[in-house]
Amino acid sequence: MSAQKIINFTPCPCQASQNGNYLAFWVKPDVLVNKFIDEPDGICNIFRCRAGHVIPLARKDIGTWMADIDDHFRESHPPLTSAQAVTEANRCYFCYDAPCTEACPTDIDVPGFIRGIASGNMAGAAIKILQENIFGGSCARVCPTEILCEHACVWTKAGGPAVQIGALQRVATDWQMAQPTHPFIRAPATGKHIAIIGAGPAGLSAAHGMARRGHDVTVYDTKPKPGGLNEYGIAAYKLVDDFAAREIEFLLGIGGITLEHNKTLGDDLSLDDLARNFDAVFLALGQAAVNMAGVTGEHLPSVRNAVDFIAELRQAPDKSALKIPRRVLVIGGGNTAIDAATQAKLLGAEDVTILYRKGRAQMSATAIEQNWALTHHVVIHFHAAPVRIESETGELCVVTESRRYPADLVLRAVGQKFHPLDGLEIENGRIKIDQNHATSHPKIFAGGDCVPGLDLTVRAVQDGKCAARAIHEFLGCD
Amino acid sequence: MADLTTYFAGIRSNNPFWLASAPPTDKAYNVERAFRAGWGGVVWKTLGEDPPIVNVSSRYGAVSLGGAAMAGFNNIELITDRPLSVNLREITQIKRDWPDRAMVVSLMVPCNETAWTKILAQVEQTGADGVELNFGCPHGMSERGMGAAVGQVPDYIEMITRWCKSHSRMPVIVKLTPNVTDIVQAARAAKDGGADAVSLINTITSITNVDLDSMSPCPSVDGRGTHGGYCGPAVKPIALRMVGEIAREPALRGLPISGIGGISSWRDAAEFIALGAGNVQVCTAAMHYGFRIIDDMISGLSNWMDGKSYSRIADFQGLAVPNFVHWDDLNLNYKSIARIDQDLCIRCGLCYAACEDTSHQSIATSNGDGARHYNVIEAECVGCNLCAHVCPVAACITMIPVHTGLPALTWKEHPNNPSSPHFTGTTDRA
Repeated sequence: MSAQKIINFTPCPCQASQNGNYLAFWVKPDVLVNKFIDEPDGICNIFRCRAGHVIPLARKDIGTWMADIDDHFRESHPPLTSAQAVTEANRCYFCYDAPCTEACPTDIDVPGFIRGIASGNMAGAAIKILQENIFGGSCARVCPTEILCEHACVWTKAGGPAVQIGALQRVATDWQMAQPTHPFIRAPATGKHIAIIGAGPAGLSAAHGMARRGHDVTVYDTKPKPGGLNEYGIAAYKLVDDFAAREIEFLLGIGGITLEHNKTLGDDLSLDDLARNFDAVFLALGQAAVNMAGVTGEHLPSVRNAVDFIAELRQAPDKSALKIPRRVLVIGGGNTAIDAATQAKLLGAEDVTILYRKGRAQMSATAIEQNWALTHHVVIHFHAAPVRIESETGELCVVTESRRYPADLVLRAVGQKFHPLDGLEIENGRIKIDQNHATSHPKIFAGGDCVPGLDLTVRAVQDGKCAARAIHEFLGCD
Repeated sequence: MADLTTYFAGIRSNNPFWLASAPPTDKAYNVERAFRAGWGGVVWKTLGEDPPIVNVSSRYGAVSLGGAAMAGFNNIELITDRPLSVNLREITQIKRDWPDRAMVVSLMVPCNETAWTKILAQVEQTGADGVELNFGCPHGMSERGMGAAVGQVPDYIEMITRWCKSHSRMPVIVKLTPNVTDIVQAARAAKDGGADAVSLINTITSITNVDLDSMSPCPSVDGRGTHGGYCGPAVKPIALRMVGEIAREPALRGLPISGIGGISSWRDAAEFIALGAGNVQVCTAAMHYGFRIIDDMISGLSNWMDGKSYSRIADFQGLAVPNFVHWDDLNLNYKSIARIDQDLCIRCGLCYAACEDTSHQSIATSNGDGARHYNVIEAECVGCNLCAHVCPVAACITMIPVHTGLPALTWKEHPNNPSSPHFTGTTDRA
């Protein structure tokens, strides 16, 4: 610090820095930016706070700063205290035919579970949630409640903020997960065996639903860990403390579910074999492929898929070891674009800009998501459609019709798509199903992001739940 | 600006708000604070004989409702646990320092004339404006033959009141227990004994809750509980009814009534006064929020009176009494129906659930345009008000009088009433 102290220091406006006890409060940006961008590879890494303010750390303080990168990725929405939960629960009007329940893709009896929280009946509250949505814990954290249940809350018409349904759902599901026993009891064994491909929310929701009904279930997944997007795709600050893995451990508490990892349909598994060897098959393949931006230069080495960037970040044991360049451009307008941009900023990138080809209203990221990025000093440029990506001058650059955006890393977040599959009827690029989640193959069912519909965790869970019911009937049970 | 001065049982106070005999009026320190805050008077917490009684820990139970604390409140505290001489000295000092405020002293001694004569003389020396006889405390003291044990026997009320009137120049207010079948008998006994006024209600015998872990009634004293006295907003309806009963009783006309029971706001106070009370006493609200609530009580009552052009408390005192009638004096031909303001409606459906499940199936639900709508089926609505009460939005559901074109008809005159001169049916007796 002594060298910098002679400069005209200004306080770092970054909240994370102010919360820390390290020597990051004093910054003279011009001088220090020059210092660090002079580094050979142009990588600024840990020497910038999340708002892009440069942190003048003495070497002895670097350890403190590295520990603090985890603080950047602390939970975006901390849980309610039990007192807050009761106060909030008491705001619920206990509506008849409640609009929030109607808005919930998994039909959770929202007033019912909230009443349990208000009365101190946590077990009753939790079961009401989990019987409709076994991923109630992660949905409480990742659901865009502002466009679903909380958007429908009558309080928004009564002049107040909506009841914090997501936060209350978390209180009840967290309570349940802290209990030593699983809340559901398996029905007697049926002797039926079902294969599920994909251990994401759709696949495991179906697995739990079928295991509950007494069937044996084997779940195959191409990845080394279960969880799908909950494990690999959701922003780190939405599911902290390894929640995705802990929730699956809880879910597996029902028994009767076997997980098989690193098994890929087409390579290690074939639909025909599965259909032959199991009583039924449920495909919950997700969307393994990504859309291309469709411009030249997309294959340059510093152009990456945002989902890969997020997956790498989610799986990194030490986020401070991840290198992030100074200037990051994100192409896209969905939640993946928001998550990638914000996390790039939190890792220490100095300038992060989202380029979206349409206007604010068309952005599929909700207003709350947009604001989340903006308050983390991510810049969003609307009506900015890339026409090409170039590096002719040695500097990577995304070019739109009106201007050039120099960058050190470009993240592509223009949507994912279903990886083509032979042998089943396809509709709008995804597996065609009927109202019972049945595909064109008599023993194969499908749900989640690999079938047409909203790409939301909660909708995938609903698909799994409904498919389990349909397969149960298909097997001639009940 | 309205004049809030009252002369209750001959005792002047600059506003009708007194603090009831209770913990807030147990010591000079509290009463000083109350008077500084603006309270018109106090009834000093009940004095008894030395040696003082002993209190327990803990002392209060409460009922909270939907997150609102102390909708109902109960206590198992007894009368003052401080030596009589200390109380008398402090009362003297406070009355000397605050001559314009009402100082009434609550008393409770054993049921013999000597005991009452002795303590009355001691209180008289303090300069206090009057005494209130505590015939209401439902716990602890009643088992010793005092408090509610006296208040539940009209003959005792009359006897002790007469002793007090004959041994003291001070106005005597008799505080009545609600734990009786007929409050009018108790009030009549007080009047017959020469009481200058009655005050009511004292607390209602109660257990607020049971601790389901320790299985102790609450408040719990070392794992056991006892019944206590219930008060607070939840008891206001019971108190209003009893005040109204006394106010409309012809034999008790002119007997001043100090209204007590769940009064938390100027509006509550105005309601008690409209039903005949000459002033009011407050306790739970002050214990809940502190003495500063008096500001809004005074200004709210004053502003309301100005708006109604009432210049003095007496101008509206008792105006609701003639309208407090027996059920068979109500007009059976009056009809009102509910109306739901669709612009204010937030579509919570509570009115529908209440009416459909528990009333007259008079609300229709529709979801035609994607939004819920709730509408009153006017032909089915009996005007019961339930929907309006459950609605969380103020003024969204209102009760609209319907012109029936029929003359007023009471049960006394109704043809279905066997006792009516217009009875059209047949009875077994006939």
